[in-house]
Formats: sequence, C-alpha cells, structure tokens
Amino acid sequence: MAEEAEELEQPSGSRSFWTGSITFGLVTVPVALYPATRSHGIGLKMIGPDEAPVQRRYVCPKDEKVLDADDIVRGYEVEKGKFIVVTDDELEAIEPRKSREIDLKVFVDADQIDPIYFERAYFLVPGGGTNKAYRLLAEVMEKKKQAGIATFVMRAKEYLVAILAEDGILRAETLRFADEIRKPEDVGLPKIAKPAPADVKKFETQIAKHAKKVNFHDFLDGYTERLEKLVAAKERKKEDIVNVPEEAAEAEEGGGEVVDLLEVLSRSLGGKTGGRRPGGRTVGASPAKTRRPPRKAAARKTKTKKRA
Amino acid sequence: MAARAMWKGVVHVGTLTVPVKLYSAVQDHSVRFRLLHKTDKQPVKQQLVSSDSREVIEYSEVRKAFPIARGRLVLLEKEELEELEPEDSRDIEITRFVNIGDIDHRWYERAYYLGPDNSTKQYFAVVAALEKKKKEGIARWVMRDKSYVGSLRVEDGYLMLVTLRHAEEIIAADALQAPEGRALQKREIEMAEQLIEALHAEFDPTQFRDDYRDRVMELIETKAAGKKPKVVKFRPKLKETDNVTDALAASLAGMKKKAGSRG
Repeated sequence: MAEEAEELEQPSGSRSFWTGSITFGLVTVPVALYPATRSHGIGLKMIGPDEAPVQRRYVCPKDEKVLDADDIVRGYEVEKGKFIVVTDDELEAIEPRKSREIDLKVFVDADQIDPIYFERAYFLVPGGGTNKAYRLLAEVMEKKKQAGIATFVMRAKEYLVAILAEDGILRAETLRFADEIRKPEDVGLPKIAKPAPADVKKFETQIAKHAKKVNFHDFLDGYTERLEKLVAAKERKKEDIVNVPEEAAEAEEGGGEVVDLLEVLSRSLGGKTGGRRPGGRTVGASPAKTRRPPRKAAARKTKTKKRA
Repeated sequence: MAARAMWKGVVHVGTLTVPVKLYSAVQDHSVRFRLLHKTDKQPVKQQLVSSDSREVIEYSEVRKAFPIARGRLVLLEKEELEELEPEDSRDIEITRFVNIGDIDHRWYERAYYLGPDNSTKQYFAVVAALEKKKKEGIARWVMRDKSYVGSLRVEDGYLMLVTLRHAEEIIAADALQAPEGRALQKREIEMAEQLIEALHAEFDPTQFRDDYRDRVMELIETKAAGKKPKVVKFRPKLKETDNVTDALAASLAGMKKKAGSRG
C-alpha cells in the first residue's frame, strides 16, 4: 500500500525531481535534482491478449472504473478503514520556510559517513544563469574531500542529505535519519562473544589469500546482458515481434516526453548529448567496452522504487 | 523486541563457512499515505488496463515484451524470462577482500545486519579477522530470484552486509560532462576553502531531526479532531548570487564577527 502511494509520487526517471537552491555561507546556487541510478530490467513492457500495451491504472474499488489523477486523493489511515484526507496545499503549507533550500551549514569528511546511512543518489545540475558558484563549490569540496550536510523537503518528505562532488559534478545522496538506523540490540543480536584465537587465525588466512584489488566486474548483474542477448536472438529470427501504434506506446510511457536519462543530464549540465556510457572510468575496462549503450527505450522508464 | 530475520544464508569465506540470518538495519519512519477515491474515500485498487480497449486485464493474461524500436517489441515467454533469472541458493560467496574505503558511497544501497544462525563460534571469529586485517569482503548472493552484490563489513562488533548497486544501474559522473566556464580565480577558491573549513565538523546525524514528519502528523491530528488547519501559502524565492566573490567575502567576514563576539 505504501508502494501504491509511492508509484504515483515518483516521476519517471529522467525528469528533474526537485528544483531549488544550494546555499553555503551567503552564496546561493540554483540547482535541479536528477536520479543517478536506474534499475535493471526496466526495459520490459506489458502486452495484453489483444496485443495492445498494458497500463497500470488506479480503479475505483467498487465498480472498477478507471480513475484519473483528479479522482484520487491522499489519505492517512487513523483507524481501520477510517482515513483523513490531506491535500497537497496543506502539505506544502507546513513545509519549512526554507524547503527550497539545501543550506550547507556543516561540512564533514566525506569518508566519515557510514554506509548504513546512504539511501538514494541524485545528480545536481546548475539551474541558474551562471554556473560559477556551482563549479567553485564542486572544485573545493572535491579537493578537500568534504561533504556538505543539510536537510530539505522534497515531495512531502523531509530528507537528510549529503552533497558530494565528483569529477566537477555535484551529487546529492539522501541519508537516513539517525532514528531510522537500527542498533544491533534493536535487532536482537546476541551478546558479542570472544572467539577462539585459532578460529580467528583460520579466517585471517583465508582473508589474506583472497585479498585483491576491487574489480568492478564483480558488480555486474548480468541479467540485463542475458535479456538483451535473448531479445537480439529473437529479433534476428523475426520471432514474436509485435507492432503497437505509436500513440499507444507513448501513452504507456506517460506522454512520451521522457527521454534518455543520460541525455537529459548531459544537456542540463551544458555538455554534449550523452555519448559516453555510464561507468566509463569507474567501472574500469568492464561494461563500457563490452556492452553496447543502452537502448533509448530501455532507459526511458526508470522506476525508482526497487528495494531489496 | 527482537526483529524477525528476513532471510537465512551461509557466508563462504574461502573454504570456511558462517551460517547467518539477515535483518534490515534501517527502518523507514516516513508518514505513509494511501491513495483514495475522491468521492467515497476508499483506497483505490491498482489494475492492469488495455491501452486500446481500456478493459481490465488479469495479470495471467499479460505477456512481457522488450521494445526494440518505437512501437516495435519482442514478446518474451514466461519460461524464457525464468531462464534468465539467477539460480536460487543460500550461499553468500565472498569473491574477494578489499581495503576498507575502496568501495565508496556511489555504490551503497541498503544495509543489513547479519546475525549468527545457531552457532556464534565462526561468526565472531570472522568479525575479529575482518577487523584485524582491516578488510571488507565483496559478496555475491541470490535472494528471492534476484542477484545481489554487497560489502561484508563490521559494524559495532557485528557483521553487516551493505547491498551495492549493480554496475548497470550506476550512472557514473565521468560519463557526464561537468559544467564548464571561465577558469576560477585563485582568490575565489581560497575563500571558498576557508568558508568550508570554518563550517567543518564531525559527522553527527543525531543533530538532524525529521521535523516535517512531526508537522504532518500534527496536521493529520488537527483534521482528525474536526478542526480546520491553517493553510498559509508560502513560496520562498531564493535569488541566485550574482557576485560570488563578494558573497564569499561577506560570508567570511560575518563568520569572523560571530566567532569574535563569542570569544
């Protein structure tokens, strides 16, 4: 049920989620936020028995009539079956005065933030007339290995956020609030026991034996590649191919205004359109070279709610 | 109250094994809304609908397809897709051990505690060994038909497994073009550095609270009590800084003054 709400909330991947400003000291930088990840398997569409694309739609629980966005309101269940309706205006009205601002009042060593806090990654692109303050902040933060910490409100939820710089680009990583982190005792883990030195030694030997440099080949899922291979094989054999009217394909994608995430980002950052494949240097010599760039269609619909 | 384990598995470290249980290390506290039909205030249902006839379609009738061009797709049978899925297993294989810090924030996804399954003998031995060697393990496993990659590390004396994003899911910053412009001046860089240094602190997440969540709950309570909430439209408009150098100088001057008046 929570996911239902989320689905309506989350725009498709490559539209900006939030626009506002970053402030440090008295310097204000207008920015827009874009997701920095996309889930795998996103390319798959649903086709009905009539060979027309299938859409997910909200329907009235009683007569199953398809509802438009205007027919739907947001409610909080105060007791079983009893809902209090809350409007967008009401939620907006209680936003902190500075909700359009990520005010970096604290800078910390970037490696000091424990991995347990990280939630979701976004890129920040300059949204104003000039990009000087953006470049200045990115350069200094990257050089000093600093992360700026702040809170801000996006889509009726407050986030703790770390702003980091990488290759001249600012990114925002939303973090969990401290009260969302469980302690080992909350989970009910047993008391720490002292291990036998001989057992520790055995593990140390195995760790030493398998100690290596990071290889981002290990990080490949392989599913996308297997899927693309299967599709290419069927395409060659002209097997199971369906054609759908353009309008239907567009309706299914929510208006057809959504384009490749990489392209949008590149354009917003003021560079050329997305030529290079994600994972260039970071992924070393791996997928960038062995795999062709994602098909536009595959990158079009980035669902963001995938969680383990 | 002890949390329930989400999954059980066996960590393989070379030839050694550690049976473990998996627990979520995070707990989402945001306010959960449901979508309601405006007229009768009942939760809406999600259904699959044909884009052609607008008729409701049962999930069993739906076939998956991969778009190869605009309006052109390849249909994939259920069996074909199942074959692509990784094989189910209980094994968490540690493929290698790397130095702590080699994996960074770009990869982190979600954290889980691993607790010992029955015996604690091997469990605390691997914890001690990881701490002593200052390493983290790169783990691969399959859980509920999905393959995962993770970092096996020590947190507060216990094993933690942080799922990492797959390489395919990441858009690396160097795949993008950084904003360009006239070279930054040395003085500007120095001032920005000073400003960041002045604002430097230890990372302390307990300093930050989700106040908005409290306000949302207050709003709901007000409405539940039949009272009308105050709705004030407020859209702050922040102005982009025109003169960055002046703004930096003013920020630094302001901070010195504050520090001076305190001391």
